[in-house]
Amino acid sequence: MRLSTIGYYFREAFSSLVRNSWLSLASVGTVTVSLLILGFSLLLVLNADRMAATLESSVEISAFLHSGVKQAQITSLEQEIKALPGVTEVRYVSKEQALTEMRQSFGQRKDILDGLDKDNPLPDAFRIKTQQAGQVPGVAAKIQTFSGVDEVRYGRGVVEKLLAVTHWIRVAGMAIMIALAAAAVFLISTTIRMSVFARRREISIMKFLGATNWFVRFPFLLEGMVLGLAGSLLAGLAVYFGYFSLARHVNETLPFIPLVTGMQYLLIMLGGLIALGLLIGALGSAISIRRFLNV
Amino acid sequence: MIRFYGVSKVYQNGVTALNNINLHIRKGEFLFLVGPSGAGKSTLTKLIFREELPTRGQVIFSGKNVARMRHGEIPYLRRKIGMVFQDFRLLPQKKVWENVAFALEVTGVSRREIKRRVPEALKMVGLEDKAGMLPTQLSGGEQQRVGIARAMINNPSLLVADEPTGNLDPETSWELMNLFQEINQRGTTIIMATHAWDIVDKLKKRVVALNCGQIVRDEEGGGYRDEA
Repeated sequence: MRLSTIGYYFREAFSSLVRNSWLSLASVGTVTVSLLILGFSLLLVLNADRMAATLESSVEISAFLHSGVKQAQITSLEQEIKALPGVTEVRYVSKEQALTEMRQSFGQRKDILDGLDKDNPLPDAFRIKTQQAGQVPGVAAKIQTFSGVDEVRYGRGVVEKLLAVTHWIRVAGMAIMIALAAAAVFLISTTIRMSVFARRREISIMKFLGATNWFVRFPFLLEGMVLGLAGSLLAGLAVYFGYFSLARHVNETLPFIPLVTGMQYLLIMLGGLIALGLLIGALGSAISIRRFLNV
Repeated sequence: MIRFYGVSKVYQNGVTALNNINLHIRKGEFLFLVGPSGAGKSTLTKLIFREELPTRGQVIFSGKNVARMRHGEIPYLRRKIGMVFQDFRLLPQKKVWENVAFALEVTGVSRREIKRRVPEALKMVGLEDKAGMLPTQLSGGEQQRVGIARAMINNPSLLVADEPTGNLDPETSWELMNLFQEINQRGTTIIMATHAWDIVDKLKKRVVALNCGQIVRDEEGGGYRDEA
């Protein structure tokens, strides 16, 4: 393909965009909104999945001990718990250790915990892990009966609830995205139909001058793809900056929520949004080219 | 150069435009197609550049069967045929030279080549000093000259003109006919559908008269009407 021909395609495509500027704007807007929703629901799902995984791997039983339990009793309790079927790991956490761990998870806000060193309210505890999450309730019930154990806790139902939520986010996000993408395809095809109509005289002249079918079609395909690309770039920018300012906020105020900020995920996602925008544009113009461009 | 073998054309609405046409047009000929409106003149020209397909029969152009041509070949057929229309078919928003350049642009000719060939074509039709004007600023005769320059810029071996002087006054028509004759003398075959009886009578070229889709006369050096 010659350079002058490529130049011709772009000139034609852009002059059409300017001619139908209102409709072009509407198409771009629809692509933007649909991809924006897709982008944010993907991020939501990604984060919820991450959170669910974190929680699932940390479904452990905490057995808090009465204060004043002797070291010898602690050792024998540890043996007893280890002997229970399904238990894979038992870790003793003294009250001092517990306070240090808590400080770490609070990060920059650890100053809240200042002053607790002298009068540490946290109890000594065992952290117990099981082979499977399903064994947790049984093991927990048994540990409760041991003497010296004050209270037994585990994250009952949290994981299940979170997974159900991510499922619904996924379904709803997909449904809205598909509906809006369909609207975007329709709007783009209308835009292209208008520009085919505006240029029908030129098209008929091109045909008797011996232009190949693809030469006639290509500017229209390009026009649709430019619309899709513009929409997806806007959506991508909004997702990128929106999400990062959100992540920074969350990091400052709620440091224990582990948001995904890895660039590798985000770049893949932004690339995907742009590819999808191009696809929507190409599909919209292909429909109109097939139906209205009789070449 | 072109042969029609038993060509008939029946349109979708049932109108028979052409009925069993047999015609041989030789290279370098200047041929007038005459006949009343609706006799099938336009249909005949449209069959040559595959604007229409024959219902029956074959159309052979330069040894190729136009009717059996694949879709992808049609553009390359049309690049070998120059076309001139009664309504000029210029693009009003493009300047004169851009209109002529368009014929090269759509076939992927380079900018440099376009810049070289467009002035030549405009010079041939005598419009070199109006290259920068818009078609609407030109007279009808001048607009048709732009159409001819565009048709000739690819050096086609055949020029098909469908009533090229239909919208022009007699004097302008004669000027254009001189141009067509020049083009013909340089070796381009010309097929011209026309109602301009005075031109046909005076030029004494080959005349093919159509009536109700049939050839009723095919006469070398003939007039617009049957002498008899």
